[in-house]
This record gives sequence, structure tokens and C-alpha cells, in this order.
Amino acid sequence: MFRTVAAKKDHVVLVAGGPRGHNRARIPREPMPMTDRTEEIARHFMERIPHARDLGMTVLSLGEGTCEVSMPYDEKLIGDPATGVIHGGAVSALMDTCSGAAVMCHPTAPVATATLDLRIDYMRPATPGQTVRARAECYHVTRSVAFVRARALDDDEDNPVATAAGAFTLERGERA
Amino acid sequence: MSRSAPEPVQVIKQRRDSALEALVGGVPYIRHLGIAFDRRGDELTAILPYAERLIGNPMLPALHGGVTAAFLETTATITLAWSRLWDEIESARIDPDDLDPSDMPRMPKTVDLTIDYLRSGLPRDAYARARIVRSGRRYASVHVEGWQDNRERPHAMATCHFVMPAAREG
Repeated sequence: MFRTVAAKKDHVVLVAGGPRGHNRARIPREPMPMTDRTEEIARHFMERIPHARDLGMTVLSLGEGTCEVSMPYDEKLIGDPATGVIHGGAVSALMDTCSGAAVMCHPTAPVATATLDLRIDYMRPATPGQTVRARAECYHVTRSVAFVRARALDDDEDNPVATAAGAFTLERGERA
Repeated sequence: MSRSAPEPVQVIKQRRDSALEALVGGVPYIRHLGIAFDRRGDELTAILPYAERLIGNPMLPALHGGVTAAFLETTATITLAWSRLWDEIESARIDPDDLDPSDMPRMPKTVDLTIDYLRSGLPRDAYARARIVRSGRRYASVHVEGWQDNRERPHAMATCHFVMPAAREG
């Protein structure tokens, strides 16, 4: 689904791990491809957003309008004590964070973003004990709105835990 | 036609409150966010007390959108589970002393959640109430509204769909 959208030629998109994955910046093992801006965004997410820190989120990679964020399994995230499955709300928080970061990484270099709306589909429970990773891509922007898709995965990458689609505000800085 | 004497009000209250506590208190993530439920009869209001760790935008500052999503989803889930439990509580088929958070009826499973962010979440307490739009044998649709200082000015609203758990035996 993501690939099809990414394949539209008028969209400037990078899919995490996709055909243009060479542009992905990784933290902290491959700091070189990261621009000052993406590095700043990554640091911002890890250090400055209290709730991202609270849930143990780490930025794995940032590209042009793409982002990958991980959230390790933790007992405090459990939503079903009988099975140890993490709460859907924690997955939502992860995908919302990742989507916002993808908007901030868009080549139009927005100065701020906020979620306008978000639709989350829960496909299956995340496997207890496994880290959940979200991948988001900001696949289209208008003057003031960014459109984002995201998916949440655990170790079974072929079967997403959840997917999300949302619209975000886009506050543009001064034009280059 | 004879009627048995009504149960003392404290007995009823205690049974309702214990059932609610068993439903909510056993979920680590609800505890972690600090969500509490205020009960008036069968009506529930969810309360999310402000904490610094709930912030998503430190510049404004504003609550994290994911916190608001989790808060509304939790309100919808608990309200739905509560409504299914209500008859059992009222008929005293549930004994509060037997309620064990790890052995509660299975929660409804969230299928999807669509959330509108209407205003930025202020760094203060938030409240939410859910309305069960439709609760069938298999599926349910729930609408939730969240607000902060002013009930007339919601900061977020959401619609959730659920798959209902199979009915308990007996």
C-alpha cells in the first residue's frame, strides 16, 4: 500500500527501507548521512518530548518526509494483564509521534506541526515482549496541510500490528 | 405481590465501585497514564490529571496527541465494558469480593479509532465521556468527547469501533 503511493511520480516521498532507502539517516550508528536539520529533529524527539521519552521511544531513522521510531516492550504499556499485550493507546502514541516527525522531516522544512486528525486501524495484538516500530511517511503536502501514512510493526514484519492515516498542520518557515 | 426490601445504598455503591475498580485498576497502561474514572450512577467520566510526562510539544506546551488518543480510546473501552457489566453488577450476580483484576471479562477489542484534534491540549487536567452509539452482539460503535476547562469546547473527539468479546459462560 505504501509503495503504491510512493510510486506516484509527483510525490516527493521516501519509504523507510524502500528503494531510495540509501538516503535514510540512522542514529546513532551512521551519523554521516544525517543533515543538521534531521539530526536536530531526532535529538528533539529523544530529549525534548517528555511523552516520547516517557514511553521509551527512540528515533531509528529519518529521511525526506519519512521516519522510523521504536518503542521497546515495557510492563507499563500493558493493556491486557491476562495476556501481556500492550495497550492500543501506546501504539497510537507511537504512530502519532512518528507521523509528526515524518512531517517535520519533509523537504519543505516545516517549523511546526500538529495532528489534525488520525485514523488508526488495529490489525492484531502486538506480540508481548517484542519492540514495536512505527514507520511513517509524509506523502503529500499542501501549503498548510501534510498527509501522512504510518504502520506499526513488531518482529513479524509481514503482518502489521496497526496502520494509521492522518492529516497534520504544516507551518512553513521562511521560503528558501 | 411482595417486594423484598431494597439493598442499603452503601452496599450498592460499594459493589459498583469495586466492579469499576476491578475493571480499571488492573490495566498497567491506564495506571501509568494516571487515568481515573468518576462514577455517577452508571455514568462514567474519565479524568486525566495533568503530568509533565504527558507533554508532546514542550514549546507551547501541549499534551501529546498520542496521550489524547489513548485517553479517549481508554474512555470508550471502559465505558463499553462497564455497560456490558452493569446488569451483572445490578443483579448482584457479581460479588465484589470475588472480583479479580486479572480475571475480568475480556475487554472489547478496538478495531479502529478516528480522532479529531479540535484544539491543542492544554497543560491541565482533561476529561472525557463516551456515548455508546450502537452496541450489538458482535460489534460496537462508540463516540467519545474530551474537554478541559470548558465542556462546550472539546479539545478532541473520536469514534471507535469494537469487536465484542464472546459472552461469558454461565
